[in-house]
Amino acid sequence: MATYLEFIQQNEERDGVRFSWNVWPSSRLEATRMVVPLACLLTPLKERPDLPPVQYEPVLCSRPTCKAVLNPLCQVDYRAKLWACNFCFQRNQFPPAYAGISEVNQPAELMPQFSTIEYVIQRGAQSPLIFLYVVDTCLEEDDLQALKESLQMSLSLLPPDALVGLITFGRMVQVHELSCEGISKSYVFRGTKDLTAKQIQDMLGLSKPAMPVQQARPAQPQEHPFVSSRFLQPIQKIDMNLTDLLGELQRDPWPVTQGKRPLRSTGVALSIAVGLLEGTFPNTGARIMLFTGGPPTQGPGMVVGDELKIPIRSWHDIEKDNARFMKKATKHYEMLANRTAANGHCIDIYACALDQTGLLEMKCCTNLTGGHMVMGDSFNTSLFKQTFQRIFSKDFNGDFRMAFGATLEVKTSRELKIAGAIGPCVSLNVKGPCVSENELGVGGTSQWKICGLDPTSTLGIYFEVVNQHNAPIPQGGRGAIQFVTQYQHSSTQKRIRVTTIARNWADAQSQLRHIEAAFDQEAAAVLMARLGVFRAESEEGPDVLRWLDRQLIRLCQKFGQYNKEDPISFRLSDSFSLYPQFMFHLRRSPFLQVFNNSPDESSYYRHHFARQDLTQSLIMIQPILYSYSFHGPPEPVLLDSSSILADRILLMDTFFQIVIYLGETIAQWQKARYQDMPEYENFKHLLQAPLDDAQEILQARFPMPRYINTEHGGSQARFLLSKVNPSQTHNNLYAWGQETGAPILTDDVSLQVFMDHLKKLAVSSAC
Amino acid sequence: MNVNQSAPPVPPFGQPQPIYPGYHQSSYGGQPGTTAPPTPYGTYNGPVPGYQQTLPQGVSRAPPSSGAPPVSTAQSPCGQAAYGQFGQGDVQNGPSSTVQMQRLPGSQPFGSPLAPVVSQPAVLQPYGPPPTSAQVTAQLAGMQISGAMAPAPPPSGLGYGPPTSLASASGSFPNSGPYGAYPQGQAPSLSQAQSHPGVQPPQRSAPPLASSFTPPASGGPRMPSMTGPLLPGQGFGGPPVSQPNHVSSPPPQALPPGPQMTGTPGPPPPMHSSQQPGYQLQQNGSFGPTRGPQPNFGSPYPGAPTFGSQPGPPQPLPPKRLDPDAIPSPIQVIEDDRNNRGSEPFVTGVRGQVPPLVTTNFLVKDQGNASPRYIRCTSYNIPCTSDMAKQAQVPLAAVIKPLARLPPEEASPYVVDHGESGPLRCNRCKAYMCPFMQFIEGGRRFQCCFCSCINDVPPQYFQHLDHTGKRVDAYDRPELSLGSYEFLATVDYCKNNKFPSPPAFIFMIDVSYNAIRTGLVRLLCEELKSLLDYLPREGGAEESAIRVGFVTYNKVLHFYNVKSSLAQPQMMVVSDVADMFVPLLDGFLVNVNESRAVITSLLDQIPEMFADTRETETVFAPVIQAGMEALKAAECAGKLFLFHTSLPIAEAPGKLKNRDDRKLINTDKEKTLFQPQTGAYQTLAKECVAQGCCVDLFLFPNQYVDVATLSVVPQLTGGSVYKYACFQVENDQERFLSDLRRDVQKVVGFDAVMRVRTSTGIRAVDFFGAFYMSNTTDVELAGLDGDKTVTVEFKHDDRLNEESGALLQCALLYTSCAGQRRLRIHNLALNCCTLLADLYRNCETDTLINYMAKFAYRGVLNSPVKTVRDTLITQCAQILACYRKNCASPSSAGQLILPECMKLLPVYLNCVLKSDVLQPGAEVTTDDRAYVRQLVTSMDVAETNVFFYPRLLPLTKSPIESTTEPPAIRASEERLSNGDIYLLENGLNLFLWVGASVQQGVVQSLFNVPSFSQITSGLSVLPVLDNPLSKKVRGLIDNLRAQRSRYMKLIVVKQEDKLEMLFKHFLVEDKSLSGGASYVDFLCHMHKEIRQLLS
Repeated sequence: MATYLEFIQQNEERDGVRFSWNVWPSSRLEATRMVVPLACLLTPLKERPDLPPVQYEPVLCSRPTCKAVLNPLCQVDYRAKLWACNFCFQRNQFPPAYAGISEVNQPAELMPQFSTIEYVIQRGAQSPLIFLYVVDTCLEEDDLQALKESLQMSLSLLPPDALVGLITFGRMVQVHELSCEGISKSYVFRGTKDLTAKQIQDMLGLSKPAMPVQQARPAQPQEHPFVSSRFLQPIQKIDMNLTDLLGELQRDPWPVTQGKRPLRSTGVALSIAVGLLEGTFPNTGARIMLFTGGPPTQGPGMVVGDELKIPIRSWHDIEKDNARFMKKATKHYEMLANRTAANGHCIDIYACALDQTGLLEMKCCTNLTGGHMVMGDSFNTSLFKQTFQRIFSKDFNGDFRMAFGATLEVKTSRELKIAGAIGPCVSLNVKGPCVSENELGVGGTSQWKICGLDPTSTLGIYFEVVNQHNAPIPQGGRGAIQFVTQYQHSSTQKRIRVTTIARNWADAQSQLRHIEAAFDQEAAAVLMARLGVFRAESEEGPDVLRWLDRQLIRLCQKFGQYNKEDPISFRLSDSFSLYPQFMFHLRRSPFLQVFNNSPDESSYYRHHFARQDLTQSLIMIQPILYSYSFHGPPEPVLLDSSSILADRILLMDTFFQIVIYLGETIAQWQKARYQDMPEYENFKHLLQAPLDDAQEILQARFPMPRYINTEHGGSQARFLLSKVNPSQTHNNLYAWGQETGAPILTDDVSLQVFMDHLKKLAVSSAC
Repeated sequence: MNVNQSAPPVPPFGQPQPIYPGYHQSSYGGQPGTTAPPTPYGTYNGPVPGYQQTLPQGVSRAPPSSGAPPVSTAQSPCGQAAYGQFGQGDVQNGPSSTVQMQRLPGSQPFGSPLAPVVSQPAVLQPYGPPPTSAQVTAQLAGMQISGAMAPAPPPSGLGYGPPTSLASASGSFPNSGPYGAYPQGQAPSLSQAQSHPGVQPPQRSAPPLASSFTPPASGGPRMPSMTGPLLPGQGFGGPPVSQPNHVSSPPPQALPPGPQMTGTPGPPPPMHSSQQPGYQLQQNGSFGPTRGPQPNFGSPYPGAPTFGSQPGPPQPLPPKRLDPDAIPSPIQVIEDDRNNRGSEPFVTGVRGQVPPLVTTNFLVKDQGNASPRYIRCTSYNIPCTSDMAKQAQVPLAAVIKPLARLPPEEASPYVVDHGESGPLRCNRCKAYMCPFMQFIEGGRRFQCCFCSCINDVPPQYFQHLDHTGKRVDAYDRPELSLGSYEFLATVDYCKNNKFPSPPAFIFMIDVSYNAIRTGLVRLLCEELKSLLDYLPREGGAEESAIRVGFVTYNKVLHFYNVKSSLAQPQMMVVSDVADMFVPLLDGFLVNVNESRAVITSLLDQIPEMFADTRETETVFAPVIQAGMEALKAAECAGKLFLFHTSLPIAEAPGKLKNRDDRKLINTDKEKTLFQPQTGAYQTLAKECVAQGCCVDLFLFPNQYVDVATLSVVPQLTGGSVYKYACFQVENDQERFLSDLRRDVQKVVGFDAVMRVRTSTGIRAVDFFGAFYMSNTTDVELAGLDGDKTVTVEFKHDDRLNEESGALLQCALLYTSCAGQRRLRIHNLALNCCTLLADLYRNCETDTLINYMAKFAYRGVLNSPVKTVRDTLITQCAQILACYRKNCASPSSAGQLILPECMKLLPVYLNCVLKSDVLQPGAEVTTDDRAYVRQLVTSMDVAETNVFFYPRLLPLTKSPIESTTEPPAIRASEERLSNGDIYLLENGLNLFLWVGASVQQGVVQSLFNVPSFSQITSGLSVLPVLDNPLSKKVRGLIDNLRAQRSRYMKLIVVKQEDKLEMLFKHFLVEDKSLSGGASYVDFLCHMHKEIRQLLS
């Protein structure tokens, strides 16, 4: 199996792709019996320092319905200068530039190691990146101050030719003109009125169509007085102005009476930001960055009224259908998100408040446009400050780790069809012969738009095997899939990344072992989890759990080895062995459980779950727990209450939180300040070790996790206790003996119980 | 009765009384003997002399003569004579005296008139022409005097006293008797016949002679002596005699009339002296005109012949035109009133007194009734029953100017503070405590004079009564002794039960291309910098409490944050014009002194910021909306100053299209030109009123801007509209800035509600002016300044009582410019009559015209202009016919007889009919008409008077040294001599007309050019030259401007120049180019109408 593991890892390294099955069942029927669908996790812009982009354009298959890109899997007739498309089998002439091609003189795209290749397109205009700040002014004074500083700081991180704009909002929405001397100008909008894009552009004076954006852009943008220039200015020109403007930003001046929330027009502010960019820079890489310190309380998109005595909706309210603004607000933001996506812009939301801010309603803005969602308690925390700073981090080439306006196109060989995708994308509604009628995730298309993405953005793409059982594929046949991602690089170049992969077909009846061995349980877990989370957005929680359970049971029935009605005999092969455990933790995860989470938190977690790569996703599903002790180097331990021991320090990474937990004894020692005594220096080191490791994680992670340092009995220890498998609870405490861990006060079932049930059900012939 | 009551205030009244009395005695006094008119006449004669003496001028000038004046002094006298009949003329003429007598008789006749009236009327006619009028007038004079004066007079009797007896008698209405006399006009005939017969007869005889008329037909002649006409009645009498005077100058024929006139005149003089009122009463109408008229009529109208029939002879004459001098002359009337009543203060203690004309300078002493500066009525004697009122068709209306500015000599109303309990009011009708309230039961209760409800006097207000039943403290309390006063309002009178915040001014400036190009924005911003130091202040306050805000706009709005803590102003653009709102709270409305630096910086920057604008489209409704919202947000009342240039065609609420269509003129659809294009503005205005947001609009149009629609909001919020067509900084700067300064500085009341309460029997039913009404009784004014007038019409809903008269109380609740909530109360007591003659004798034509113009101007919204005009003519004819039928002495049908008080009704009415609104000339734009229509709506009586009948002042006739204003002449081209220079003004326009053959010296000293031909036509500024003539003319112009609420731009017009057309438009006695009738023609037409009614 090591080979498969290596193979999988290699593939991931090279192509950013992980399939649930690495050998594909060759008929539709067999495929459906596999329970876990044929699918993959694709990281389109996976960082490849070893992959320099080529400076020419890809060669496309000439069949209009195909247009697949020439790739290493194509058969090439070097003499005739022909190549056969491996998707549609069309024979194509090489273009004139390839006249010198031969077996020994191959273009990069024909070399096997370039199954993933990136082209730089020289055609077309390059437009500067655009950053539009949308800033809430209904903040507490120190929060606003901190935010202002962060924003000012961010100006220095932007490329000098980037265009920036500023919209502030509170009760009103102000669009600031950035190029004025003497008198500061802003356009003000009522925060309660929904405006169409046309209206907004009219009101901002942008509708003079004499501004052929497309033509103006080509030449030197600076020389062309864009109509929009009043609101979006190159940072180098108005750096000072904007810094001053930000410095002078005042809290929203409208009085907020006792018992009221400030009136916050987030919905309109976003709408205006979207409209502004829509009118000025459609299809240009642009980021709308929304900074908000509370829920929208008026106008379209309002989430809660301004009466403080009426709290913002909770899951309870939503279940009872008591959230009166939710539907309307959601609709508003969805509409905005779709428009933004259509224009190729993306929206980030930085929400910092102790209470909910309406992320539930606004989530589509980020989810559909590939923007970031950051949730914190205050703008005056390092969590926000560093996360925000990290947005502007650069890669090994000194380029921002962000790309815009990507289009992902998937092509499959004819035995496969595309069922859908789950990730920060929207459908482009491109129907084609390779689009399945059965949808999984966002389906019905072979192309998606990903307006904002970074090197870790990962989509789950689901396929359907359509080959009929009675039309077997010849032995050794391979199915192929090509991913073509066109995007605007942060250097403003247009690029196309093409990944072409192929996997063997296998007849499930005769070669089940092969297929089984090629199962990637991690990828499968994440892909199933994505499906589950995707469903959870629209279905009741219990239904989703039931569906997951059933899938798990069916999988176990299919691939487990057991004697009927004999749970004890149940065994799973190595390639499946971890899968039930993932499912167990997934069932308990905040992605599917809303108990103890606010709707905003759920949205936040789900947002990140749907876009992170496999490793991070797995951490989210099943947090990692390290144990530090005097007994040896830190070791990963079971995420189980039995791991909580008095003489250990635990470091838990749940992706969203980093928890350092001092066992009871350790905590006492620490209180006794042994670490300060020279003779206990080793203790000091022990205390320090998890801190260092945590720091390392913190450095790399986006968004910054919540960093929790707690100890036995500490209130924050709940973060740990809620994650571990409750193998010891108050119910079975005495049955398990005292010294093996900490009991968890919960009625949740433990992994053991879960497995027992699973086995029982799997071997039962009833279902 | 009232009088008596009022008497207490003795001191004040005292004075006046004495005067009157004096008069009476001297003049009428004796005669009136009450009943016997004859005697009075006698007296008159006596008095006459007196007058002459007293009124030296009169003598010389024809004191009386309003009429002829223009031509020659001589004439003028005649005219006067005519009217007045008066004496002056008489005086001069020996005979006249007799004449006067006669006239007096006339008055007596009135006495009889009651009954006689009818009969008498005949008289008039008879004299029709000649004597009657004279007499009548005279009598009238007497009568009135008696009526009005009677009360007080008895005691004193200055010269006039005429009526002493009357007084006494009159007091009782005996008047009827006396009045009857008044009817005199008519009566006169009789009386004359009777009493003076001797004298008069002859005269009359003469006159009667239709022939005489005819001669007058000479009408022509009479004409000359306008007076003639007036006098006609008189004229008859005196004709011969007076004629000499008047006529003399005029055509010989005239002479005859003149005499008559004179005859009449004789009497008049007396009138002048004391009895002006009387005059009015008099039926000058009978005027010579009659005579003339007939002839005239003859000529103009076919009817004439008929008339002619009588005047058989005249007819022949008729062919010739009616002598303009023979018909009533406004100039003469004004002049007479000035001479007679200008010198004595008008004391308001007496019920139902007719005040001096608005053209007369007089002081007012408040002794229990509101000054005529606050309230003027169409009639000070109201018919007791609605039947009577219907018969007379005389509209009962009051023109109220609650915050009128007073001359420095008169004290503004006292402010009464009743502390927390607030003003004392009747529990039932809520009328405020006033001098008419009757305290009873030893002062423990009071009976409401409006609804008769008995109310308890609150303990803190209790006071003992003296032996006359008056409160002992009556004279310590303004609300018990004065006609006008103010109460401090308590919190109950405030919106939301909160004392108001100080008001705010918001300047909203159009910065579209047009405004920038003309330099308007720069000019305005520059001016505002200094003007802001002169915001209205209350009393002696150090600095104005008013806050200011600034907005500029084209098709979007720019608000400015000028908070004092800012280093620079901030601009906030609101482009959501469809749904206007105020983008900032703090820093929009600021105190000028605190934010001066920021404001100055802003005003400096505005012109620069928009210097390159290409935006030509503007919005309008959203601008007002914004201002209103700003005031709402600041929770205060205030005023918006809008400076706007063009038709708002940008996409926004209140968007307008160019719908100007001259083809609609004279069609049934013409009214649409006056109607707002959209209802949006009414709705907006309603919101503004609710917020106390008054809108002043300054328009600078280059083309059609639809004033009719744009002015809706200013109109309904009590604001003003100023229009500067084709504004150019060089030419219009002074006018605009002057208007702006005045408008910004004037004291304004905000968020006002006016309620007019009346005693039982009549009721305020209709209101005209710039305001909004959400119910039928409360006049809501977002803002009200000292120039704004509300005309209120009353109707009967029950019988009135002669004893108790009729009371009006106008209460105005408003917020002062310092934010103080106050109530201003004006009270006025009117007489009631059972005789129509009393009504006709106590009318005020100027007020009547004010009402009728407003009524007509409102009518054009709903009816074709033609209908409106016809209605006016019909009503006027009915009024005069009723008089003729019921009050005038019998006379031939061909005789036109007018009540003395209304003898100018035809000429003024004709002016109204010819005005731009009702009969536009080719050069009058739709906007001009709408503008004028809207202006007139809130004009007071003085303004309508001069607006409809412009003043024409000869500048080079009188010696340079004379410091007084030259006497005006009648507005007719005939009166202009090409060797002179004239100034014409109507409150809006100011023309300097230069005759073609003016002496070079004059040209040089006025224009600093050697000859007529080098004078720049259309010049708007006279060079500043250091010579007496230049100084005098410029001084005069400045003076005129100071009198008017709007700056009048001067236009120099040369004779025979193309600009002269413009000028001639204002010569209202002439036939107008747009088809308006000349005075003479119209008079004939009116006569015809009356005859038709009578037949």
